[in-house]
Amino acid sequence: MTITTSIDNDKLLWMYQMMVTIRRFEEQSKREADAGKLRGMHSSVGQEAVPVGVCAHLRDDDYVLGTHRSHHHCIAKGLDLNAMMAELLGKSTGTNKGKGGTMHIADINKGMLGANGVVGSNIPVAAGVGLSARIRGTDQVSVVFFGDGAANQGTLHEAMNLAGIWKLPTLFVCENNRYAESTPVEYSVSGESIAERASGYNIPSVIADGQNVLEMYEIGGEAVRRARAGEGPTFIEAQTYRYNGHFGADNPLTYRTQEEEDYYEGRDCVERMKAHLSQTKVATEDEINEIDKKALATVEEAARFADDSPFPDPEELTTDVYISYP
Amino acid sequence: MVTTETETRKLSYIQAVNEALRQEMERDPAVFIMGEDIAGGAGREDQGIIDSWGGPMRLTKGLIKQFGKERVRDTPISEAGFIGAGVGAAATGLRPVVELMYVSFFGVCSDQITNNAAKMHYMFGGKIKLPLTIMTGMGAGLATAAQHSETLYSIFTHFPGLKCAVPSDAYTGKGIMTTSIRDDDPVIIFQNRQLMGLPASTHVPEDPYTLPIGKARITREGSDVTLVGIGFTSYLNNQAADLLAAEGISADVVDLLWTSPLDEEAILDSVQKTRKVVIVDEDYPRCSLATDISALVAEQGFDYLDAPPKRVSPPHTSVPYSQPLEAAYMPTAEKVVEAVREVMA
Repeated sequence: MTITTSIDNDKLLWMYQMMVTIRRFEEQSKREADAGKLRGMHSSVGQEAVPVGVCAHLRDDDYVLGTHRSHHHCIAKGLDLNAMMAELLGKSTGTNKGKGGTMHIADINKGMLGANGVVGSNIPVAAGVGLSARIRGTDQVSVVFFGDGAANQGTLHEAMNLAGIWKLPTLFVCENNRYAESTPVEYSVSGESIAERASGYNIPSVIADGQNVLEMYEIGGEAVRRARAGEGPTFIEAQTYRYNGHFGADNPLTYRTQEEEDYYEGRDCVERMKAHLSQTKVATEDEINEIDKKALATVEEAARFADDSPFPDPEELTTDVYISYP
Repeated sequence: MVTTETETRKLSYIQAVNEALRQEMERDPAVFIMGEDIAGGAGREDQGIIDSWGGPMRLTKGLIKQFGKERVRDTPISEAGFIGAGVGAAATGLRPVVELMYVSFFGVCSDQITNNAAKMHYMFGGKIKLPLTIMTGMGAGLATAAQHSETLYSIFTHFPGLKCAVPSDAYTGKGIMTTSIRDDDPVIIFQNRQLMGLPASTHVPEDPYTLPIGKARITREGSDVTLVGIGFTSYLNNQAADLLAAEGISADVVDLLWTSPLDEEAILDSVQKTRKVVIVDEDYPRCSLATDISALVAEQGFDYLDAPPKRVSPPHTSVPYSQPLEAAYMPTAEKVVEAVREVMA
């Protein structure tokens, strides 16, 4: 599609920096996992453009809800990298004090209402957040990211119906990375697309190139505008690709081809954005290198912070079960 | 301990809970209610239709006229959808009361209750609060068969992070509703349908009041045997205590009111006094509240006991439809009396 939105340079550079930061963070996470310090890692490498393009339009008081694969959502929503990396290592300084780990990172102050380990589980919760904004009379929006696997969960359909009848300020963003664990989308999704399912609920939908952050920005912007204006929900099917396996030890070449991987990696969201910044002279090569270096340094600092942080005290095991308990 | 029976403002269970909902909605604009048919006839206001049902149990009758359809919100039949929405609303500044019509329907929405509502506070490191109240109907005795008659508090009590309350009359019904709405943790209120059908017979103060979370009450003081009851079985235990009194047996009746937190102290104190215990529970007999309490007494009150703990529970079957079968299934005051005779023997 042709990008018609004019995007100021600061925003373009922010989006590039976010995507590079996510990429470096996930690479570091993989090293931590390989070293045995992090368990249960689901890498978001390849899918960075989707939340970055959408979250570029969000405020701290807007809400994002994620999935088991949510590091990129959290970073795009502005969470602190030190606290995130500490959480991955189960440290007391983590976003969740070490009690959640990679699949449950949350930070209410930044509007991140949680990654969620159950496929499709967060979608009705996001509808409730939209309902809450409406009842409280604010213009906040909720955005729920989920995968092609969740497109087959009943919760998506129940939540879309509620959002449709109540015109909720909720964005349904499906990151179609083509695989639910090892199961290809061509096998598991009946119909021409996931996006067309929204039409049954009278929700406008669009298929986006999820490897193009500019397109994600444009489509996300219109969806957020509609939500804030009280025009109701939007469904975005962002077509993207998970470069790695479903989880750390998964070899994706047991269910897909090298040719397919090469094709998608050849249209990488970070590289395309870097080329765009150069071609349009938004940034010089030196300026881009500077962003790259800064992203790496931030991630390395997060890794140091996480390593240096203590594990939770044993007493923490039984705190936070309830807010008030006799 | 709560004393109740000295004044004379008699309300039914349904009237008392309705009053609690109304008062809390008046008190706090963050409180709203949603569920199936809680007003009824939604969207037909232009035809003059409003509040056609007032809730499947009539607990919400009249509220939409006072508070409007934003705050008294009829939902489609989408339990996972609207209970999940209750979680999201609770996490972002509201105090939702969500009705799950019958507890047996938890099967279509349990992920929202057990994976989200119960766990978010803990797994997010205590940095989020979830003031969600779920109210649900339960209980056999109305010939509604296996999928509309279960008594399922035990399975939710199993999950840390949920508070589980089981009122036993109009007074505790109102107090527990008010307490739950004001509490910052998720609470499920299990409301027995037979109790909801009883005529107004309990004194209910008009001013709002709360009850201590996780505290049982003693509804009869006695010295020969402890009867532990939960919701409707507390009602049965009071009847059984009267029958036993006629035989010269003095029963101490512990009305739990909450299954999580569980008032272990009240149970053990009573057993220490009476040295015998009968636990009466309408939930299924395996991995149930009754087995849990029996284990508690065996492990921590063994030295008090003159006889093994005795449970009165249904058989390990689904709830039958045919009325003689259903009557045989359910705990009754007579079955309680029989069990007491066994532990007294």
